[in-house]
Amino acid sequence: MTIRVRYFASLREKMGRIEDTLVAEDIATVGDVWRVVSTGQPLPEQLLCAVNMEYAEASAPVKDGDEVAFFPPVTGGAE
Amino acid sequence: MTVILCESEFSPYAELDAYQQGENAGRYGATAVFVGTMRDLNLGDEVAQMTLEHYPGMTERRLEQIVLEAQARWDLLDALVIHRVGAIKPGEAIVLVAVWTRHRGEAFAACRYIIEELKHTAPFWKKETIKDGERWVESNT
Repeated sequence: MTIRVRYFASLREKMGRIEDTLVAEDIATVGDVWRVVSTGQPLPEQLLCAVNMEYAEASAPVKDGDEVAFFPPVTGGAE
Repeated sequence: MTVILCESEFSPYAELDAYQQGENAGRYGATAVFVGTMRDLNLGDEVAQMTLEHYPGMTERRLEQIVLEAQARWDLLDALVIHRVGAIKPGEAIVLVAVWTRHRGEAFAACRYIIEELKHTAPFWKKETIKDGERWVESNT
């Protein structure tokens, strides 16, 4: 299956690219996608994930044609 | 209900005035407005400029969901959210949240809800330009 993987903000700079196109058969979850694009690293706890532009957990399933995104915490701001 | 991402400077007060001349004029009794403006100082450093990165598609969708959530909880007659993206200078408006309701309690509560949810869940990332270079601001400052 084919998955489009996108990176934003400081993670995009750290990865050195804005996106990857992943073609693989042994991918079932968002966590699996991260392991492939990060060459085996565990998903950092503070990193956020989205599948098809909706927030998702690392355990969320992915399917052919999905867009998966990884990004740092959003800007927030003091109240 | 309207959500807009805006790449250049906007006047929140002009937008507000124009928007509320619309079809709900005369129906609402309360308008609550929040305007967020860029400061020239953060974490003890002078900030010359900031750049807001977003996730085109997801950011708009999340903002629309937040407005719908507020609409489900309170009796909103209308809502307007405008948010800047790209390069922003100190003194410029970053975000406008305005809600129109029949009475003030709902207006305050819904406006507060929308800005807090936006801050905590809408995908925006802030990069500041300071004297020594640039830095991402990712924690709640």
